[in-house]
Amino acid sequence: MDVVYSSRPLWAVLVSMIAAFLILATGEKNRNIRESWTIIAAFVKFFIVASMVPLILQGKVIEYTIITFYPGLLLQFRIDAFGMLFGLIASSLWIATSFYSIGYVRGLKEHAQTRYFFAFAMCLTSTIGIAFSANLLTFLIFYEMLTIATYPLVIHSESPEAVKGGRKYLTYTLTAGCVLLFATGMIYYMTGTLDFKAGGFLAGSGSSSVLIMLFAMFIFGFGVKAGIMPMHEWLPTAMVAPTPVSALLHAVAVVKAGVFGCLRVILYIFGPNLLHNLGIWLIMAYIVSFTVIVAGFLALGQDHLKRRLAFSTVNNLAMIILGAILLTKSSMTGAIIHMANHAFMKITLFFCAGALHVKAHKDYVSQLDGIGRQMPMTMGAFAIAAIGLSGIPPMNGFISKWFLCMGALEANQIIFLFVFFTSAMLDVAFLFPVIYNSFFKKPLDDVTPHFDEAPMLMVIPLTITALLSVVFGIAPDAFVHFFSITTIAVQNIMGVG
Amino acid sequence: MVEQFAALIIVAPLIASLIVPLIGWRQKRLCYPWVVAVLVVPFICSLGVLNTVLTTGKFSYRLGGWAPPWGIEYAIDHLNAFVLVIVTFISLIIAVYSKKSVEKELAEEKIAPFYTLFLLLVTGLLGIVITGDVFNLFVFLEISSLSCYALIAIGEEGAPTAAFNYVILGTIAACFYLLGVGYLYIATGSLNMADLANILPSMYHSKVILVAFAFFTVSLAIKGGLFPLHTWLPDAYYTAPSVVSALIASLMTKVSAYVMIRVMFTVFQPHFSVDIVPVLPILGWMAVFAILFGGIKALAQTDLKRMLVYIVVAEVGYIIIGVSVANRMGLTGAILHIMNDAVMVACLFLIVGAIFYKTGTRDINKLHYLNKKMPFTMAAFTITALSMVGIPPACGFFSKWYLILGTIEAGQWVYAAALLCSSLINAVLFFRVIECAYLKPLNPVNAHTGETHMIQRDEAPLTMLAPIVIMAALVILLGMFSGNIISSIIQFAVPASF
Repeated sequence: MDVVYSSRPLWAVLVSMIAAFLILATGEKNRNIRESWTIIAAFVKFFIVASMVPLILQGKVIEYTIITFYPGLLLQFRIDAFGMLFGLIASSLWIATSFYSIGYVRGLKEHAQTRYFFAFAMCLTSTIGIAFSANLLTFLIFYEMLTIATYPLVIHSESPEAVKGGRKYLTYTLTAGCVLLFATGMIYYMTGTLDFKAGGFLAGSGSSSVLIMLFAMFIFGFGVKAGIMPMHEWLPTAMVAPTPVSALLHAVAVVKAGVFGCLRVILYIFGPNLLHNLGIWLIMAYIVSFTVIVAGFLALGQDHLKRRLAFSTVNNLAMIILGAILLTKSSMTGAIIHMANHAFMKITLFFCAGALHVKAHKDYVSQLDGIGRQMPMTMGAFAIAAIGLSGIPPMNGFISKWFLCMGALEANQIIFLFVFFTSAMLDVAFLFPVIYNSFFKKPLDDVTPHFDEAPMLMVIPLTITALLSVVFGIAPDAFVHFFSITTIAVQNIMGVG
Repeated sequence: MVEQFAALIIVAPLIASLIVPLIGWRQKRLCYPWVVAVLVVPFICSLGVLNTVLTTGKFSYRLGGWAPPWGIEYAIDHLNAFVLVIVTFISLIIAVYSKKSVEKELAEEKIAPFYTLFLLLVTGLLGIVITGDVFNLFVFLEISSLSCYALIAIGEEGAPTAAFNYVILGTIAACFYLLGVGYLYIATGSLNMADLANILPSMYHSKVILVAFAFFTVSLAIKGGLFPLHTWLPDAYYTAPSVVSALIASLMTKVSAYVMIRVMFTVFQPHFSVDIVPVLPILGWMAVFAILFGGIKALAQTDLKRMLVYIVVAEVGYIIIGVSVANRMGLTGAILHIMNDAVMVACLFLIVGAIFYKTGTRDINKLHYLNKKMPFTMAAFTITALSMVGIPPACGFFSKWYLILGTIEAGQWVYAAALLCSSLINAVLFFRVIECAYLKPLNPVNAHTGETHMIQRDEAPLTMLAPIVIMAALVILLGMFSGNIISSIIQFAVPASF
């Protein structure tokens, strides 16, 4: 594999960190200047990341070493196809979220806005760092940074509920961080290297019981952020955060970082062959299937829209991991592409929830009767994303569902096909009532609704992400070549295995 | 030329400390600039010494030109050159900080004696680190201890009692150390570390040597405040004036840990300390309990300074765990943690001093709106707190990482669990403080009256703030460049046989 040495990965990570400190220095008094740092950084970041796509498509990897700590311990970036995909998702959606955030916090006259934008920029720094990490140590460093950078956003409202949510969040994620640190140390001790390698590098480095224990530790460690049951508890609680935070972080960056970590462990540390030989893949698949189904049912019972979406997130994340752990070519393709597809759909849904909160001050599904006539664009976008999430063509959700189901067949495990089907049914069951209530029911207070949308800074981003969900359903390879990148990633993994 | 630097590191503060009373007699306010100016000398000298060690390897300075093993030798290698820089730098920073805090906390007539003792304490610590002679080490140990007792005793209410407790245990420790030296001298006829290292291996199974080693270990465990011999530490460090707490909490325990490494792996060979005496597992388990005990006691405190004091008890455990696993990774972590912990603890104590200076309280529950009042101080606190929890890229993460690698290599799962547990306890401890300082008070009864916008920025004076900010910046920088520090200094400081 050709390696290109370039400092672009470093700049992609640093740009938002620089912006974060500019935001802090600018402060509340010049809020337009402060917001412009966010916007500039978001665009610059995306263009740096996107500028590396052609190299990835040529099958190259981009590498940059920052510091060598010790032989075999490096702070290093290496962008392969999989990392590029995650980087693209996070950086492109940050642009949408930046505009949306500005509309949201100004619409609600939120306090501590400087802290908010500062922490947001730091989160993105860590997320891109995670995406581009060349090895587990670098990954871990950015992963822990992400944990801390998210904390001020979770507790943003400073209400007792938020503080409680923040404590829970920290308890879960820091404990997981400790376990990960230990597991990483074990791997370094056993193999002397921590570099991710497509197809895994652990085979033959320890007895199977040690490897199984390590696998369990990694899945626990990353599973917390990825919301695998029973470690998902923090996620619905953390929904007290402002909606843009829930949208980008709890649907895209933070939880996806957990999923990304799980997939790195499954595909790049252990590798399909080793997991097959150890035989733990099937157990793991059952565990995540449980999460898929139960999270779907739990979502049904939530009246609070954001909590409902949170459980839907848990459900979808588990589906991604299930796709990866089935270890077939199609299932992996489905899993990796679903990371992108789910991100676009889920962020749309959260954006809509936020728009409802800002404009109509409605947070509960039961309050949404007839709201579609007042806010047709918001609810239209919601409908598109909901249809996509249920896996109905031509939305992008269909593409991922298709490959996931193919994967279940390839693995000769029909039961997982039913898991995917059930999950799709449940998606319909808990999302479609929202669409129905908002468009076809009469408003509760009997006032004839008139067109009254949320601020344009919020409506435009959510419309764009909804439209992109359709575009990526019709042409999965549009703009930034998500599909080609996924194919390359899968080829790399399977090529070795 | 550089050999003279080695002498100057000790001589400059020693002579200067004797001049302080004279200056104080004429002009009290000149004491402070004098002390700061004097402490710049050892810092620059130690940098010169470190540079020499890095370029040409270890060297020694013969005091009065007497050849070892009869004369006193200052033997400087990577390990003590490294610790020297830490000690000189931190004492300089704390001296810069001391002005306002001392003026507020001490009566005016005590200022001159305070600075005299301050310099003597620094002299003692530097002497312990630089010397290559076990008896000379005892002398410096006593200089530092005696000045330390006095410095603690001029603190707030309860300080004399705490200092007296410390005197008793400290004297026992000093006696033990001296007995150990005596036994070694009887058996070998030498006091020079390098010389002892040559003579001792042939007598490793002699009872005298074993007893001497036991004396050393217990003595240093007391001096270092290792659980369960830490009982003097919490009160002494708590009641001392802020400046003194910062100095002794960050340096005394670390210097004791340094001496422990020196005695175990230089005076005695690693082969002896690891294979012949079963001391390392005992120390390791003591360290595990130190970490858990310190953490749990810290959780029970509502006073910020008292909480930090117990954290110091736990942090000693970190270093000792690194020593007790006795492998390259563990010792790298221990030596790295000597530096990291010195910087972090100094920074935290300085911050608490600044908060106390401005608000007059150290109660965690009364820190509301502190981020508005003292934004820079609280930012520094947050950075250091995250470092204590072990969040990268702050330096605390890296020492934790190497320590854990060491425990894994040694197969000591309990040690690893204790280290991980401790970072979680630290997370609870520090996020509790951060919540109180940054967030709206949950219970309005405790809150200050008035709205948020009424709160004016009221930062600590520049002489206090600048040291705090520098230390907080160092917490990040030392983390980022920990790789360079390890590859250029620490890997040579670890005994070659590991």
